[in-house]
Amino acid sequence: MRVESMHFKARATKAVADGALQAKLTAARGLFVEGRRRAVEQVDFEALREAGAAIRQRTLDHLDLWLERFEREATRRGAEVLWAKDGDEICRLVVELAKRHGVTKAIKSKSMLSEEAGLNAALEAAGVQPVETDLGEYILQINDNEPPSHIIAPVIHKTKEEVAALFERVHQTPRKTEIAEMTREARERLRPHFLSAEMGISGGNFLVAETGSVALVTNEGNGRMVTTLPKLHVVITGIEKVIPTLEDLATLMRLLPRSATGQTISNYFSVLTGTRGGGESDGAVHRVFILVDNGRVGLIGSEFQDMLRCIRCGACMNHCPVYQTVGGHSYGWVYPGPMGSVLTPLFVGLENALDLPQAATLCNQCGVVCPVKIPLPDLLRKLRQKQTERGLRPWRERAALRMWAWLAVHPRWYALTAALIARSLKLLAGRRGRIRHLPLMNGWSAGRDLPASQGRTFRELYATRDGGTGSSP
Amino acid sequence: MRVGLFVTCLVDLMRPSIGFAAIKLLEQAGCDVVVPNAQTCCGQPAYNSGDQPAARRLAMKMLREFADVDYVVAPSGSCAGMLRKHYPTLFANDAEWLPLATKLAARTYELTDFLVSVAKLEAPPGNFAGHITYHDSCAGLRELGVKTQPRTLLGKLPGVTLIEMAAAEECCGFGGTFSIKFGDISARLAEKKCEHIAASGADAVVLGDLGCMLNIEGKLRRMGDEKTRVLHIAEVLAGDI
Repeated sequence: MRVESMHFKARATKAVADGALQAKLTAARGLFVEGRRRAVEQVDFEALREAGAAIRQRTLDHLDLWLERFEREATRRGAEVLWAKDGDEICRLVVELAKRHGVTKAIKSKSMLSEEAGLNAALEAAGVQPVETDLGEYILQINDNEPPSHIIAPVIHKTKEEVAALFERVHQTPRKTEIAEMTREARERLRPHFLSAEMGISGGNFLVAETGSVALVTNEGNGRMVTTLPKLHVVITGIEKVIPTLEDLATLMRLLPRSATGQTISNYFSVLTGTRGGGESDGAVHRVFILVDNGRVGLIGSEFQDMLRCIRCGACMNHCPVYQTVGGHSYGWVYPGPMGSVLTPLFVGLENALDLPQAATLCNQCGVVCPVKIPLPDLLRKLRQKQTERGLRPWRERAALRMWAWLAVHPRWYALTAALIARSLKLLAGRRGRIRHLPLMNGWSAGRDLPASQGRTFRELYATRDGGTGSSP
Repeated sequence: MRVGLFVTCLVDLMRPSIGFAAIKLLEQAGCDVVVPNAQTCCGQPAYNSGDQPAARRLAMKMLREFADVDYVVAPSGSCAGMLRKHYPTLFANDAEWLPLATKLAARTYELTDFLVSVAKLEAPPGNFAGHITYHDSCAGLRELGVKTQPRTLLGKLPGVTLIEMAAAEECCGFGGTFSIKFGDISARLAEKKCEHIAASGADAVVLGDLGCMLNIEGKLRRMGDEKTRVLHIAEVLAGDI
């Protein structure tokens, strides 16, 4: 997928002014946040988070060994395991598989890696028709391949009326008003594709090393069809998705649906192991795992390793005040919200996503809801540090910071400057007691006033109070 | 006990009365308050902007200035959080300064937390009368666990009725330099906060951080609300309003 994260600021500004989008985001927030709150109350969620984080950490500490174990177990059960270094390699491998198996159509269940790789375009170029079957992804695909705006609810930015208009235009059918009718219509459109595709492509929520299985968490049932109807099933997933055992899977499954949608368990939960056995009438005859690096290996052992614990639940964005205000498209790549603001610069380059680590109030709402305890604000801060170290911040910001930092360690000059500013702010505020236009700080005053200062600094007043000496240690 | 008041740069610059209210409350609780006079800023702007060396220089200055007090108290969750949670991180690889940072962190408190948990202030002198809604600031709440403390203290004022607004724990959008770099996002977050405040019907929104205070008051006034008061918890409790 093309990286457009450098346009964050412009897109965010547009989103903030888009009243319809604001209303949709507010409605969706209530759904996810309230749902999660209720779902986590039923269990000792803090203990579960602790356990979940520990499982993920333990796996990452010996990721190579668990991946080898996974490869061994999956291969032993008839699956094939391939490794992809980056998005281009994913596309090359999938196209090769399609050619080898004479595929003309591929049905897809949700896979974020396929978004990272831009797989649909590559398949089309190779003469293979990709069909998204997750309802949200299907809507985006027929809307001229619009990018998703949320990792688990890709069309959260659309109203049902917008979808109805899209269906009317693309399907050439009378306009529907009810969601159930629209779903039925999409289902009717998709059914022939399910039955005719020669290849199914899915992501994977977890890979279980001890059995060589992939676990899939879905709500629409399309995942099950994608992974069982065609003879060839290709799983594309990041190498960090591996976990050691089925028991670990049970623990993580208590965290994932609760954090994601507020469900205690998703409508469908599949664990797929090996290939169709003798005497079995359905299931994939060929199962191929494509395990992808695409920037992940570089994070192992780095100060950003914690990010690899991520289980892609979306809780961080659901709870993020900034995401809830600017929407997913502002972030300009596959992953939005706090996890996206950490992952995007790490995967596509710090200089290609300069705004993302900065566009956070560091309120830590994401950190406290993360089911695997990723310290997201700390990671954002570390990315800011990297930007500073590499001289990627604008000169004006650097100059201001440098001047302030110098003053702050020179108390006399600092006191003098503060006294001057306090007086100026009081003067500027005038009788109304507030400033409507702040010179040099329009970022503040375009959207709100600045209350006046009281005119003299604490330091000045305190010195008067106890005879001009202050008390000094 | 000897308590060092960390005034914080924003209180020094914008609202000295909050610093004096804090002193009054601490003295009322029986503390011997000292105010190191060369103090400036905890370094959080540098820390959050990714300038660790500058943040460390300022942290060292703070560590020296507050070395000989029993406690450090700040009328701000954000600044107290910086000292308590982030100073040890800043010096994680510095054998000389880490012990000092850890020691300071353990002795640092946000004002209401200190008044309730350590100084056990029983009868704050404030005489505010009316309906109050409390805005939880992010760092105070999520870094220091400041939630019940201010409400406990407000509960001791006979004239105060506390009303909880919706999403009291949600960020007001200040975020330090974020409020200038991403002014429109920041102002929109403030707007949502102000809508919750208005919906609560309270006469005053009370809070413990000057950043949130300037942001919320600035937005309320820009939205044409001239009547809802925006007050720092120290001022309400000390009765200096």
